[in-house]
Amino acid sequence: MSSVTIDKAAPTRSVKLGSMSRDRKWALRWSYFFLTLFAIFSLLPPIYMLITSLKSSAEISAATNPWWVFHPTLENYVGLLTSNQFLRFFLNSALVSIFVVTITMLISVPAAFALARMRFWGSATLATGVFLTYLIPDSLLFIPLFKVFAQFGDWTGIQLINRWYVLLFIYPTLTVPFCTWIMIGYFASIPKELDEAAIIDGASWFQTLTRIFIPVALPGLIAATIFAFTVSWAQFLYPLVFTTSTDQLVLPVGIITTLIKGDVFNWGQIMTGALLGAAPPLIIYAFLMDYYIAGLTAGATKG
Amino acid sequence: MADVALQPDTVGTAQPARKRSGLQKALKRKSTAAFLMTLPLIVLIALLVLYPAVYSLHLATLNKSMQRFVGLGNFEFLFKRDTFWLVVKQSCIFAITAVLFKALIGFIVAHFVHNIPAKGQRKWRGMLLVPWVIPPAMSTLAWLWLFDPSYSAFNYTLSFFGIGPIPWTGDADWARFSVILVNVWYGAPFFMIMYLASLKSVPEQLYEAAAIDGANWWQRIWYVTLPMMRNIIAITTLFSLIVTFANFDIVRILTAGGPLDHTHIFATWAFRIGIEGSDIPLGASVSLFMVPILAVAAIFILRDVNKRGNEA
Repeated sequence: MSSVTIDKAAPTRSVKLGSMSRDRKWALRWSYFFLTLFAIFSLLPPIYMLITSLKSSAEISAATNPWWVFHPTLENYVGLLTSNQFLRFFLNSALVSIFVVTITMLISVPAAFALARMRFWGSATLATGVFLTYLIPDSLLFIPLFKVFAQFGDWTGIQLINRWYVLLFIYPTLTVPFCTWIMIGYFASIPKELDEAAIIDGASWFQTLTRIFIPVALPGLIAATIFAFTVSWAQFLYPLVFTTSTDQLVLPVGIITTLIKGDVFNWGQIMTGALLGAAPPLIIYAFLMDYYIAGLTAGATKG
Repeated sequence: MADVALQPDTVGTAQPARKRSGLQKALKRKSTAAFLMTLPLIVLIALLVLYPAVYSLHLATLNKSMQRFVGLGNFEFLFKRDTFWLVVKQSCIFAITAVLFKALIGFIVAHFVHNIPAKGQRKWRGMLLVPWVIPPAMSTLAWLWLFDPSYSAFNYTLSFFGIGPIPWTGDADWARFSVILVNVWYGAPFFMIMYLASLKSVPEQLYEAAAIDGANWWQRIWYVTLPMMRNIIAITTLFSLIVTFANFDIVRILTAGGPLDHTHIFATWAFRIGIEGSDIPLGASVSLFMVPILAVAAIFILRDVNKRGNEA
């Protein structure tokens, strides 16, 4: 509570009356109390993942206090990080996410630029269309998409189903509309004088985009990149539908289908895998939280 | 949205026309350049979103082996099944309850974060947003383990208070409670961060004026905060309604629709029928039932987005 006394600079909405500031002090105490409760609620599952991941299977099945690790061991981590299967899932996830982020940015940045700055026939309709596409959920499209890709295999002889790279075609349906949408917002906030001056100086539209818009809107680009990455990393439904062989699976599906054998749950390894799977987005978030939040509030992301 | 494309076409065409081949000139023209820049986007949306969406309407009219046109036969079949009505009911309970609690918790937590000195806010915001950052498939696994009937941490803890083992995912009502709880845990931070952003944009003078007029905190919330936040509350809630209604991972991993199909929502049941049961047309018909509610929410959101664009 020491921060209460040095709170002069913080926004205070109380009028300077004795009782008011006492009220405020209590309000502050209650705020911290409830925030602590909510933080515990928020962090409970990840902490429990960590606790379980440090236990041996003997300790997990013993009826001891589940909230404490009595004999910490790294055997789950060693087990997973030396298993070719798990590394394969990790690699698949990483490949899919990196490619999808690249594809997404290549498609959505020029499109957002054109939609934000170059009025052309149908541009307003298209912008609305992008927004509507962003509202169409994966759970509506997975069945027709599955059939479309199965048919594509029948017609061309190129089998895409059950190949990890089929996801490179499918994830952009989720990431591109969203990234385009937030990039339109960022680009629209750039003063018009900047690109008008560039055009008058003889820059082409493409040069205006690469030399002016991309550097100026870099925070927006970073936010969009983070989102494209987290969406592709976390996607569960599409890989579950489109891939089945263990060497083609991405992390979330891989953990669920291979670590659960029948009714036997190897919880130590499952929690370790889940924690390792949650790590990349968490690490990115730890370093780029402000971009993440800016993108969230700017784009009103899915939630 | 309105400021997206209001720049009149003056600069591009005012370029001096040099003697170049037609193609080069066409490439220099603004509309051509713009078309080329948006072409990949258009192709993607047309081939991988619009076409499948329309195609799913066609699929829904076929029989199981996709050889014969059955018209509305799939829908007729669905209407006669009790499971379908269970799914409708559960989808509505799930989406409405979860969104309500997410909005409520998000609103409360945003106020608490807004209340504390600006210095410490970053730390709290960071911790409270963690559920939203972890891939839901991963965090739901942690919840599944917390809910485990025999070794679960929850039942172990509750036993100290003399509360007997709760069949978290084994009993229909508890399973409903569990999937909603996990969804609220996952989605509340999103509301928190959106409300926090909009709280910060409420001018401080309004509260000072209200305080001078003798308004208590409840009146300040009711007459100042809520009206100022109305737009963002509406849009966030509608967004979340769409996503929650179409949720898949949480229900799939936590209960897989069980016990006895009591927690199936449209997405998970469509998956069970269409992919696992390989009755693609029937699965497509099931997921099409999500369209009306999504469309209604989308219309309201779009109206709001356009309104905001015109004001800006």
